[in-house]
Amino acid sequence: MTLLADTGVVFGRYLRATLRSKTNLFFGMLQPLLFLALFGPLLTKLSLGVSGSSWQTLVPGVLVQLALLGGSYVGLGLLMDRNLGVIDRMRVTPVSPLALLLGRVLRDVVQLVAQSVLLVLLGLAFGLRAPLAGILLGLLFVAVLSAALAALSYGLAMHVRTSPEFAAIANTAGMPLMLLSGLLLPMSLAPGWLDGASRAVPFRYTVDAVRQAYLGHYADGTLALGAAVTLAMAALCLTAGARLFRRAER
Amino acid sequence: MPTPPLHPPAIRTRGLTRTFQLPAGPVHAVRGIDLTVDRGEILGFLGPNGAGKTTTLRMLTTLLPPSGGEATVAGHDLRGDSAGVRRRIGYVAQSGGLDPACAVREELVTQGRLHRLPKAEARERAEELARDLGLTALLDRPTGALSGGQRRRVEIALGLINRPEVVFLDEPTTGLDPGSRAELWDLVRRIRAEHGTTVFLTTHYLDEADALADRIVVVDAGVIVAEGTPADLKARHAGDPTASLQDAFLAITGRSATADEPLAI
Repeated sequence: MTLLADTGVVFGRYLRATLRSKTNLFFGMLQPLLFLALFGPLLTKLSLGVSGSSWQTLVPGVLVQLALLGGSYVGLGLLMDRNLGVIDRMRVTPVSPLALLLGRVLRDVVQLVAQSVLLVLLGLAFGLRAPLAGILLGLLFVAVLSAALAALSYGLAMHVRTSPEFAAIANTAGMPLMLLSGLLLPMSLAPGWLDGASRAVPFRYTVDAVRQAYLGHYADGTLALGAAVTLAMAALCLTAGARLFRRAER
Repeated sequence: MPTPPLHPPAIRTRGLTRTFQLPAGPVHAVRGIDLTVDRGEILGFLGPNGAGKTTTLRMLTTLLPPSGGEATVAGHDLRGDSAGVRRRIGYVAQSGGLDPACAVREELVTQGRLHRLPKAEARERAEELARDLGLTALLDRPTGALSGGQRRRVEIALGLINRPEVVFLDEPTTGLDPGSRAELWDLVRRIRAEHGTTVFLTTHYLDEADALADRIVVVDAGVIVAEGTPADLKARHAGDPTASLQDAFLAITGRSATADEPLAI
Protein backbone atom coordinates (compact mmCIF):
# COMPACT_ATOMS: atom_id res chain seq x y z
CA MET A 1 0.00 0.00 0.00
CA THR A 2 2.71 2.48 0.93
CA LEU A 3 4.72 1.33 -2.09
CA LEU A 4 1.84 2.47 -4.27
CA ALA A 5 1.59 5.83 -2.53
CA ASP A 6 5.37 6.34 -2.61
CA THR A 7 5.50 5.42 -6.29
CA GLY A 8 2.74 7.94 -6.88
CA VAL A 9 4.74 10.76 -5.28
CA VAL A 10 7.82 9.95 -7.37
CA PHE A 11 5.71 9.56 -10.50
CA GLY A 12 4.05 12.93 -9.92
CA ARG A 13 7.36 14.69 -9.51
CA TYR A 14 8.84 13.28 -12.69
CA LEU A 15 5.68 13.74 -14.71
CA ARG A 16 5.61 17.42 -13.80
CA ALA A 17 9.27 17.66 -14.79
CA THR A 18 8.51 16.02 -18.16
CA LEU A 19 5.57 18.30 -18.86
CA ARG A 20 7.78 21.29 -18.20
CA SER A 21 10.12 20.42 -21.05
CA LYS A 22 8.07 20.11 -24.23
CA THR A 23 11.15 20.15 -26.50
CA ASN A 24 12.49 17.00 -24.89
CA LEU A 25 9.19 15.29 -25.56
CA PHE A 26 9.46 16.11 -29.21
CA PHE A 27 13.09 15.14 -29.65
CA GLY A 28 12.43 11.85 -27.90
CA MET A 29 10.22 10.73 -30.72
CA LEU A 30 12.14 12.30 -33.55
CA GLN A 31 13.85 9.20 -34.85
CA PRO A 32 10.76 6.97 -35.13
CA LEU A 33 8.90 9.95 -36.56
CA LEU A 34 11.48 10.40 -39.29
CA PHE A 35 11.39 6.72 -40.14
CA LEU A 36 7.62 6.90 -40.39
CA ALA A 37 7.46 10.05 -42.47
CA LEU A 38 10.53 9.73 -44.66
CA PHE A 39 11.09 5.98 -44.90
CA GLY A 40 7.52 4.75 -44.77
CA PRO A 41 6.39 6.18 -48.11
CA LEU A 42 9.22 4.26 -49.81
CA LEU A 43 7.60 0.97 -48.92
CA THR A 44 4.12 1.55 -50.29
CA LYS A 45 4.83 0.18 -53.76
CA LEU A 46 7.07 -2.68 -52.68
CA SER A 47 5.89 -6.21 -52.20
CA LEU A 48 6.94 -7.15 -48.72
CA GLY A 49 5.75 -10.71 -48.88
CA VAL A 50 3.24 -10.18 -46.07
CA SER A 51 -0.49 -9.56 -46.00
CA GLY A 52 -1.82 -6.09 -45.39
CA SER A 53 -0.49 -2.70 -46.47
CA SER A 54 3.08 -1.60 -45.95
CA TRP A 55 1.84 0.77 -43.22
CA GLN A 56 0.43 -2.14 -41.29
CA THR A 57 3.92 -3.58 -41.39
CA LEU A 58 5.89 -0.41 -40.71
CA VAL A 59 3.88 1.36 -38.01
CA PRO A 60 4.11 -1.53 -35.54
CA GLY A 61 7.85 -1.62 -36.19
CA VAL A 62 8.19 2.11 -35.59
CA LEU A 63 6.22 1.83 -32.34
CA VAL A 64 8.49 -0.91 -31.05
CA GLN A 65 11.47 1.17 -32.18
CA LEU A 66 10.18 4.06 -30.08
CA ALA A 67 9.78 1.82 -27.07
CA LEU A 68 13.26 0.41 -27.57
CA LEU A 69 15.08 3.68 -28.17
CA GLY A 70 13.05 5.74 -25.76
CA GLY A 71 13.12 3.06 -23.12
CA SER A 72 16.82 2.27 -23.21
CA TYR A 73 17.99 5.86 -22.95
CA VAL A 74 15.99 7.01 -19.94
CA GLY A 75 18.95 5.95 -17.83
CA LEU A 76 20.82 9.04 -18.99
CA GLY A 77 18.32 11.20 -17.12
CA LEU A 78 18.92 9.16 -14.00
CA LEU A 79 22.67 9.46 -14.41
CA MET A 80 22.32 13.22 -14.51
CA ASP A 81 20.17 13.14 -11.40
CA ARG A 82 22.77 11.00 -9.67
CA ASN A 83 25.54 13.43 -10.48
CA LEU A 84 23.40 16.32 -9.28
CA GLY A 85 22.76 14.64 -5.94
CA VAL A 86 19.02 14.25 -6.51
CA ILE A 87 19.05 10.47 -6.10
CA ASP A 88 20.96 10.59 -2.82
CA ARG A 89 18.57 13.18 -1.47
CA MET A 90 15.60 10.98 -2.36
CA ARG A 91 17.24 7.86 -0.95
CA VAL A 92 17.68 9.33 2.52
CA THR A 93 13.92 9.21 3.08
CA PRO A 94 11.52 6.46 4.17
CA VAL A 95 10.60 5.77 0.54
CA SER A 96 11.90 2.43 -0.73
CA PRO A 97 14.34 2.33 -3.67
CA LEU A 98 11.76 0.29 -5.54
CA ALA A 99 9.33 3.21 -5.42
CA LEU A 100 12.04 5.51 -6.77
CA LEU A 101 12.49 3.11 -9.70
CA LEU A 102 8.82 2.38 -10.37
CA GLY A 103 7.80 6.04 -10.21
CA ARG A 104 10.25 6.86 -12.95
CA VAL A 105 9.33 3.80 -15.02
CA LEU A 106 5.67 4.74 -14.81
CA ARG A 107 6.46 8.23 -16.05
CA ASP A 108 8.41 6.74 -18.97
CA VAL A 109 5.54 4.41 -19.88
CA VAL A 110 3.08 7.32 -19.90
CA GLN A 111 5.45 9.41 -22.00
CA LEU A 112 6.16 6.66 -24.54
CA VAL A 113 2.51 5.69 -24.89
CA ALA A 114 1.60 9.35 -25.47
CA GLN A 115 4.29 9.62 -28.13
CA SER A 116 3.06 6.34 -29.66
CA VAL A 117 -0.44 7.75 -29.99
CA LEU A 118 1.00 10.68 -31.92
CA LEU A 119 2.91 8.32 -34.20
CA VAL A 120 -0.20 6.25 -34.86
CA LEU A 121 -2.16 9.41 -35.70
CA LEU A 122 0.57 10.39 -38.13
CA GLY A 123 0.46 6.90 -39.60
CA LEU A 124 -3.28 7.21 -40.06
CA ALA A 125 -2.70 10.46 -41.89
CA PHE A 126 -0.25 8.73 -44.19
CA GLY A 127 -2.69 5.98 -45.04
CA LEU A 128 -2.50 3.42 -42.28
CA ARG A 129 -5.75 1.51 -41.83
CA ALA A 130 -6.03 -0.77 -38.85
CA PRO A 131 -8.80 -1.92 -36.47
CA LEU A 132 -9.13 0.12 -33.28
CA ALA A 133 -8.80 -2.95 -31.09
CA GLY A 134 -5.55 -3.78 -32.87
CA ILE A 135 -4.21 -0.28 -32.34
CA LEU A 136 -5.08 -0.38 -28.64
CA LEU A 137 -3.44 -3.77 -28.26
CA GLY A 138 -0.37 -2.35 -29.96
CA LEU A 139 -0.25 0.48 -27.41
CA LEU A 140 -0.48 -2.07 -24.62
CA PHE A 141 2.52 -3.90 -26.03
CA VAL A 142 4.42 -0.60 -26.22
CA ALA A 143 3.56 0.11 -22.59
CA VAL A 144 4.86 -3.24 -21.34
CA LEU A 145 7.99 -3.13 -23.51
CA SER A 146 8.77 0.43 -22.39
CA ALA A 147 8.47 -0.57 -18.75
CA ALA A 148 10.87 -3.47 -19.27
CA LEU A 149 13.53 -1.42 -21.04
CA ALA A 150 13.24 1.57 -18.76
CA ALA A 151 13.80 -0.59 -15.69
CA LEU A 152 16.86 -2.15 -17.28
CA SER A 153 18.12 1.24 -18.38
CA TYR A 154 17.85 2.61 -14.83
CA GLY A 155 19.59 -0.44 -13.45
CA LEU A 156 22.48 0.19 -15.83
CA ALA A 157 22.56 3.89 -15.00
CA MET A 158 23.05 3.15 -11.30
CA HIS A 159 26.22 1.22 -12.07
CA VAL A 160 28.07 3.43 -14.51
CA ARG A 161 29.58 6.80 -13.72
CA THR A 162 29.50 8.86 -16.90
CA SER A 163 27.13 9.49 -19.78
CA PRO A 164 29.56 8.33 -22.48
CA GLU A 165 30.02 5.04 -20.62
CA PHE A 166 26.27 4.58 -20.46
CA ALA A 167 25.72 5.49 -24.10
CA ALA A 168 28.44 3.11 -25.24
CA ILE A 169 26.83 0.15 -23.47
CA ALA A 170 23.29 1.05 -24.52
CA ASN A 171 24.31 1.55 -28.14
CA THR A 172 26.39 -1.60 -28.42
CA ALA A 173 23.59 -3.70 -27.04
CA GLY A 174 20.72 -1.84 -28.65
CA MET A 175 21.68 -1.49 -32.29
CA PRO A 176 22.06 -5.16 -33.27
CA LEU A 177 18.94 -6.06 -31.29
CA MET A 178 16.95 -3.43 -33.15
CA LEU A 179 18.18 -4.57 -36.53
CA LEU A 180 17.50 -8.20 -35.73
CA SER A 181 13.94 -7.55 -34.61
CA GLY A 182 12.65 -6.89 -38.09
CA LEU A 183 11.40 -3.46 -37.07
CA LEU A 184 11.58 -1.66 -40.39
CA LEU A 185 11.18 -4.53 -42.78
CA PRO A 186 9.63 -7.88 -41.98
CA MET A 187 11.90 -10.87 -41.45
CA SER A 188 9.90 -12.71 -44.10
CA LEU A 189 12.27 -10.99 -46.51
CA ALA A 190 15.32 -12.35 -44.75
CA PRO A 191 17.54 -15.25 -45.77
CA GLY A 192 17.32 -18.28 -43.51
CA TRP A 193 20.32 -17.44 -41.32
CA LEU A 194 19.12 -13.91 -40.55
CA ASP A 195 15.61 -15.06 -39.85
CA GLY A 196 17.01 -17.71 -37.52
CA ALA A 197 19.14 -15.21 -35.64
CA SER A 198 16.15 -12.95 -35.34
CA ARG A 199 14.16 -15.64 -33.55
CA ALA A 200 16.55 -15.34 -30.63
CA VAL A 201 15.63 -11.70 -30.14
CA PRO A 202 12.53 -11.22 -27.93
CA PHE A 203 11.53 -7.95 -29.62
CA ARG A 204 10.92 -9.80 -32.84
CA TYR A 205 7.97 -11.55 -31.23
CA THR A 206 6.63 -8.24 -29.96
CA VAL A 207 6.71 -6.69 -33.45
CA ASP A 208 5.17 -9.75 -35.05
CA ALA A 209 2.36 -9.72 -32.48
CA VAL A 210 1.58 -6.04 -33.04
CA ARG A 211 1.61 -6.60 -36.79
CA GLN A 212 -0.96 -9.35 -36.43
CA ALA A 213 -3.02 -7.09 -34.19
CA TYR A 214 -2.94 -4.40 -36.86
CA LEU A 215 -4.28 -6.93 -39.34
CA GLY A 216 -7.09 -7.90 -36.98
CA HIS A 217 -5.74 -11.44 -36.50
CA TYR A 218 -6.32 -11.65 -32.73
CA ALA A 219 -6.84 -15.37 -32.49
CA ASP A 220 -3.51 -15.94 -34.19
CA GLY A 221 -0.94 -17.86 -32.18
CA THR A 222 1.53 -15.09 -33.02
CA LEU A 223 -0.30 -12.59 -30.85
CA ALA A 224 -0.38 -14.93 -27.89
CA LEU A 225 3.28 -15.84 -28.33
CA GLY A 226 4.27 -12.18 -28.58
CA ALA A 227 2.30 -11.38 -25.44
CA ALA A 228 3.93 -14.21 -23.52
CA VAL A 229 7.46 -13.24 -24.61
CA THR A 230 6.92 -9.55 -23.92
CA LEU A 231 5.45 -10.17 -20.48
CA ALA A 232 8.22 -12.61 -19.57
CA MET A 233 10.81 -10.09 -20.71
CA ALA A 234 9.13 -7.38 -18.67
CA ALA A 235 9.11 -9.53 -15.55
CA LEU A 236 12.79 -10.36 -16.02
CA CYS A 237 13.84 -6.78 -16.76
CA LEU A 238 11.87 -5.26 -13.90
CA THR A 239 13.36 -7.76 -11.46
CA ALA A 240 16.88 -7.21 -12.77
CA GLY A 241 16.42 -3.45 -12.83
CA ALA A 242 15.08 -3.39 -9.29
CA ARG A 243 17.96 -5.50 -8.04
CA LEU A 244 20.57 -3.35 -9.77
CA PHE A 245 18.87 -0.25 -8.43
CA ARG A 246 18.85 -1.53 -4.86
CA ARG A 247 22.42 -2.78 -4.94
CA ALA A 248 23.79 0.53 -6.19
CA GLU A 249 26.33 1.87 -3.78
CA ARG A 250 27.86 4.95 -5.22
CA MET B 1 34.39 13.93 36.83
CA PRO B 2 32.05 15.43 34.23
CA THR B 3 28.42 14.37 34.50
CA PRO B 4 27.46 11.97 31.71
CA PRO B 5 24.88 13.30 29.22
CA LEU B 6 21.29 12.51 30.17
CA HIS B 7 20.26 11.21 26.76
CA PRO B 8 21.84 8.50 24.62
CA PRO B 9 24.26 9.91 22.06
CA ALA B 10 22.96 11.01 18.68
CA ILE B 11 25.61 8.97 16.89
CA ARG B 12 27.69 6.13 18.21
CA THR B 13 29.93 3.94 16.09
CA ARG B 14 32.20 1.06 17.04
CA GLY B 15 34.73 -0.24 14.55
CA LEU B 16 32.91 1.10 11.53
CA THR B 17 34.64 -0.25 8.45
CA ARG B 18 34.23 -0.09 4.72
CA THR B 19 36.23 -1.97 2.14
CA PHE B 20 35.67 -1.62 -1.59
CA GLN B 21 36.36 -4.64 -3.77
CA LEU B 22 37.88 -3.20 -6.90
CA PRO B 23 39.31 -5.20 -9.81
CA ALA B 24 42.80 -3.97 -8.85
CA GLY B 25 42.39 -5.22 -5.29
CA PRO B 26 40.55 -4.28 -2.08
CA VAL B 27 40.53 -0.63 -0.96
CA HIS B 28 40.21 -0.13 2.79
CA ALA B 29 38.56 3.27 2.72
CA VAL B 30 37.43 3.25 6.36
CA ARG B 31 39.31 1.07 8.82
CA GLY B 32 37.52 0.99 12.14
CA ILE B 33 36.03 4.29 13.28
CA ASP B 34 34.89 4.70 16.88
CA LEU B 35 32.86 7.84 17.19
CA THR B 36 30.41 9.31 19.67
CA VAL B 37 28.41 12.47 19.03
CA ASP B 38 26.21 13.84 21.78
CA ARG B 39 22.74 15.22 21.18
CA GLY B 40 22.76 18.87 20.22
CA GLU B 41 26.46 18.80 19.43
CA ILE B 42 27.98 20.32 16.32
CA LEU B 43 30.69 17.92 15.20
CA GLY B 44 33.27 18.90 12.61
CA PHE B 45 34.56 15.96 10.59
CA LEU B 46 37.83 16.80 8.90
CA GLY B 47 40.48 15.07 6.90
CA PRO B 48 42.62 15.36 3.80
CA ASN B 49 41.32 14.10 0.47
CA GLY B 50 41.01 10.35 0.35
CA ALA B 51 40.86 10.11 4.14
CA GLY B 52 37.52 8.31 4.16
CA LYS B 53 35.36 11.30 5.16
CA THR B 54 32.83 10.94 2.38
CA THR B 55 32.69 7.16 2.77
CA THR B 56 32.03 7.50 6.50
CA LEU B 57 29.37 10.10 5.85
CA ARG B 58 27.67 7.91 3.26
CA MET B 59 27.64 5.01 5.68
CA LEU B 60 26.13 7.09 8.47
CA THR B 61 23.41 8.37 6.13
CA THR B 62 22.56 4.78 5.02
CA LEU B 63 23.68 5.41 1.45
CA LEU B 64 26.43 2.82 1.72
CA PRO B 65 26.30 -0.38 3.78
CA PRO B 66 29.25 -0.81 6.17
CA SER B 67 31.58 -3.76 5.67
CA GLY B 68 32.00 -4.18 9.41
CA GLY B 69 31.43 -2.68 12.83
CA GLU B 70 28.25 -1.23 14.20
CA ALA B 71 26.60 2.11 14.59
CA THR B 72 23.54 3.69 16.13
CA VAL B 73 22.29 6.89 14.50
CA ALA B 74 19.37 8.89 15.91
CA GLY B 75 18.44 5.98 18.12
CA HIS B 76 18.28 3.36 15.38
CA ASP B 77 20.71 0.60 14.51
CA LEU B 78 22.40 1.48 11.24
CA ARG B 79 22.67 -2.04 9.91
CA GLY B 80 19.46 -3.54 11.25
CA ASP B 81 17.07 -0.61 10.98
CA SER B 82 18.37 1.68 8.25
CA ALA B 83 14.80 2.71 7.40
CA GLY B 84 14.41 3.94 10.97
CA VAL B 85 17.62 5.93 10.64
CA ARG B 86 16.41 7.54 7.42
CA ARG B 87 13.22 8.71 9.11
CA ARG B 88 15.15 10.61 11.76
CA ILE B 89 18.05 12.15 9.88
CA GLY B 90 18.51 14.85 7.28
CA TYR B 91 21.19 14.86 4.61
CA VAL B 92 22.42 17.86 2.69
CA ALA B 93 24.75 16.69 -0.06
CA GLN B 94 27.62 18.67 -1.40
CA SER B 95 26.09 19.01 -4.81
CA GLY B 96 22.63 20.37 -4.97
CA GLY B 97 19.95 17.95 -5.80
CA LEU B 98 17.72 20.68 -7.14
CA ASP B 99 15.87 20.61 -10.44
CA PRO B 100 16.56 24.05 -11.96
CA ALA B 101 13.16 24.20 -13.65
CA CYS B 102 11.26 23.23 -10.51
CA ALA B 103 9.86 25.87 -8.13
CA VAL B 104 11.21 26.02 -4.59
CA ARG B 105 7.82 25.26 -3.11
CA GLU B 106 7.38 22.16 -5.28
CA GLU B 107 10.81 20.79 -4.29
CA LEU B 108 10.00 21.30 -0.61
CA VAL B 109 6.55 19.74 -0.87
CA THR B 110 7.84 16.75 -2.83
CA GLN B 111 10.55 16.12 -0.25
CA GLY B 112 7.92 16.34 2.47
CA ARG B 113 5.78 13.79 0.69
CA LEU B 114 8.79 11.51 0.26
CA HIS B 115 8.94 11.63 4.05
CA ARG B 116 5.35 10.42 4.01
CA LEU B 117 3.80 13.70 5.13
CA PRO B 118 0.23 14.09 3.84
CA LYS B 119 -0.04 16.70 1.12
CA ALA B 120 -1.57 19.45 3.29
CA GLU B 121 1.00 18.92 6.01
CA ALA B 122 3.81 18.91 3.47
CA ARG B 123 2.60 22.28 2.18
CA GLU B 124 2.43 23.74 5.68
CA ARG B 125 5.88 22.41 6.49
CA ALA B 126 7.23 24.00 3.30
CA GLU B 127 5.81 27.38 4.35
CA GLU B 128 7.16 26.98 7.87
CA LEU B 129 10.67 26.15 6.67
CA ALA B 130 10.56 29.00 4.17
CA ARG B 131 9.78 31.41 7.02
CA ASP B 132 12.54 29.92 9.17
CA LEU B 133 15.17 30.14 6.47
CA GLY B 134 14.12 33.39 4.81
CA LEU B 135 12.86 31.77 1.61
CA THR B 136 9.24 32.96 1.64
CA ALA B 137 9.75 35.47 -1.18
CA LEU B 138 11.41 32.77 -3.29
CA LEU B 139 8.85 29.98 -2.93
CA ASP B 140 7.40 30.32 -6.39
CA ARG B 141 10.64 30.89 -8.22
CA PRO B 142 12.41 28.09 -10.11
CA THR B 143 15.51 26.98 -8.22
CA GLY B 144 17.65 27.71 -11.24
CA ALA B 145 16.87 31.40 -10.80
CA LEU B 146 18.32 31.53 -7.28
CA SER B 147 21.77 32.64 -6.22
CA GLY B 148 24.26 30.12 -4.85
CA GLY B 149 23.57 31.11 -1.26
CA GLN B 150 19.82 30.94 -1.74
CA ARG B 151 20.07 27.53 -3.36
CA ARG B 152 22.10 26.27 -0.43
CA ARG B 153 19.40 27.46 1.93
CA VAL B 154 16.79 25.55 -0.07
CA GLU B 155 18.98 22.45 0.03
CA ILE B 156 19.30 22.78 3.78
CA ALA B 157 15.54 23.27 4.06
CA LEU B 158 15.09 20.00 2.16
CA GLY B 159 17.33 18.31 4.71
CA LEU B 160 15.23 19.64 7.59
CA ILE B 161 11.78 18.74 6.28
CA ASN B 162 11.31 15.83 8.65
CA ARG B 163 12.54 17.74 11.75
CA PRO B 164 15.56 15.42 11.96
CA GLU B 165 17.39 14.62 15.16
CA VAL B 166 20.67 14.63 13.27
CA VAL B 167 21.44 16.61 10.14
CA PHE B 168 24.46 15.71 8.03
CA LEU B 169 26.01 18.58 6.12
CA ASP B 170 28.58 17.67 3.49
CA GLU B 171 30.79 20.70 2.79
CA PRO B 172 27.92 23.14 3.21
CA THR B 173 29.70 26.34 2.20
CA THR B 174 31.95 25.13 -0.59
CA GLY B 175 31.69 27.50 -3.51
CA LEU B 176 29.86 30.24 -1.62
CA ASP B 177 30.91 33.86 -1.31
CA PRO B 178 31.98 35.10 2.14
CA GLY B 179 28.65 36.80 2.84
CA SER B 180 26.66 33.65 2.14
CA ARG B 181 29.10 31.59 4.17
CA ALA B 182 28.64 33.79 7.22
CA GLU B 183 24.87 33.65 6.73
CA LEU B 184 24.99 29.89 6.56
CA TRP B 185 27.11 29.59 9.69
CA ASP B 186 24.48 31.60 11.55
CA LEU B 187 21.81 29.32 10.16
CA VAL B 188 23.61 26.20 11.38
CA ARG B 189 24.00 27.72 14.83
CA ARG B 190 20.30 28.61 14.89
CA ILE B 191 19.25 25.12 13.87
CA ARG B 192 21.15 23.69 16.79
CA ALA B 193 20.07 26.39 19.23
CA GLU B 194 16.36 26.47 18.36
CA HIS B 195 15.68 22.80 17.69
CA GLY B 196 18.45 20.99 19.53
CA THR B 197 19.39 19.30 16.26
CA THR B 198 22.72 17.50 16.24
CA VAL B 199 24.88 18.64 13.33
CA PHE B 200 27.50 16.42 11.69
CA LEU B 201 29.49 18.60 9.36
CA THR B 202 32.30 17.77 6.97
CA THR B 203 34.34 20.61 5.62
CA HIS B 204 37.57 21.56 3.95
CA TYR B 205 37.45 25.01 5.50
CA LEU B 206 39.30 24.95 8.78
CA ASP B 207 38.01 28.39 9.72
CA GLU B 208 34.52 26.95 9.39
CA ALA B 209 35.34 24.01 11.65
CA ASP B 210 36.94 26.38 14.10
CA ALA B 211 33.94 28.72 14.13
CA LEU B 212 31.12 26.18 14.20
CA ALA B 213 32.25 22.92 15.72
CA ASP B 214 31.99 22.11 19.42
CA ARG B 215 34.29 19.20 18.75
CA ILE B 216 36.42 18.15 15.83
CA VAL B 217 37.32 14.67 14.65
CA VAL B 218 40.19 14.33 12.20
CA VAL B 219 40.43 11.25 9.99
CA ASP B 220 43.31 10.19 7.84
CA ALA B 221 43.74 6.99 5.85
CA GLY B 222 40.48 5.60 7.17
CA VAL B 223 41.10 5.99 10.91
CA ILE B 224 40.61 8.75 13.46
CA VAL B 225 43.93 10.46 14.17
CA ALA B 226 42.80 13.23 16.50
CA GLU B 227 39.74 14.54 18.26
CA GLY B 228 38.85 17.29 20.67
CA THR B 229 37.60 20.83 20.84
CA PRO B 230 39.29 23.26 18.46
CA ALA B 231 41.17 24.80 21.40
CA ASP B 232 42.33 21.35 22.60
CA LEU B 233 43.64 20.41 19.18
CA LYS B 234 45.48 23.68 18.79
CA ALA B 235 47.03 23.37 22.25
CA ARG B 236 48.02 19.72 21.87
CA HIS B 237 49.29 19.70 18.32
CA ALA B 238 50.31 23.24 17.50
CA GLY B 239 51.52 23.92 21.00
CA ASP B 240 49.39 26.99 21.50
CA PRO B 241 45.61 27.39 21.99
CA THR B 242 45.64 30.59 19.98
CA ALA B 243 47.41 29.04 17.01
CA SER B 244 45.45 28.48 13.84
CA LEU B 245 43.61 25.25 13.31
CA GLN B 246 45.53 24.99 10.07
CA ASP B 247 48.78 24.57 12.01
CA ALA B 248 47.21 21.93 14.23
CA PHE B 249 45.87 20.10 11.19
CA LEU B 250 49.23 20.17 9.47
CA ALA B 251 50.85 18.80 12.61
CA ILE B 252 48.31 16.01 12.90
CA THR B 253 48.16 14.80 9.34
CA GLY B 254 51.46 15.98 7.97
CA ARG B 255 49.74 17.72 5.13
CA SER B 256 47.13 20.35 4.51
CA ALA B 257 43.35 19.87 4.41
CA THR B 258 43.35 21.35 0.99
CA ALA B 259 45.41 23.17 -1.56
CA ASP B 260 44.60 26.86 -1.75
CA GLU B 261 41.19 26.08 -3.07
CA PRO B 262 39.02 23.43 -1.45
CA LEU B 263 38.75 20.57 -3.87
CA ALA B 264 35.36 19.32 -4.92
CA ILE B 265 34.90 15.58 -4.50
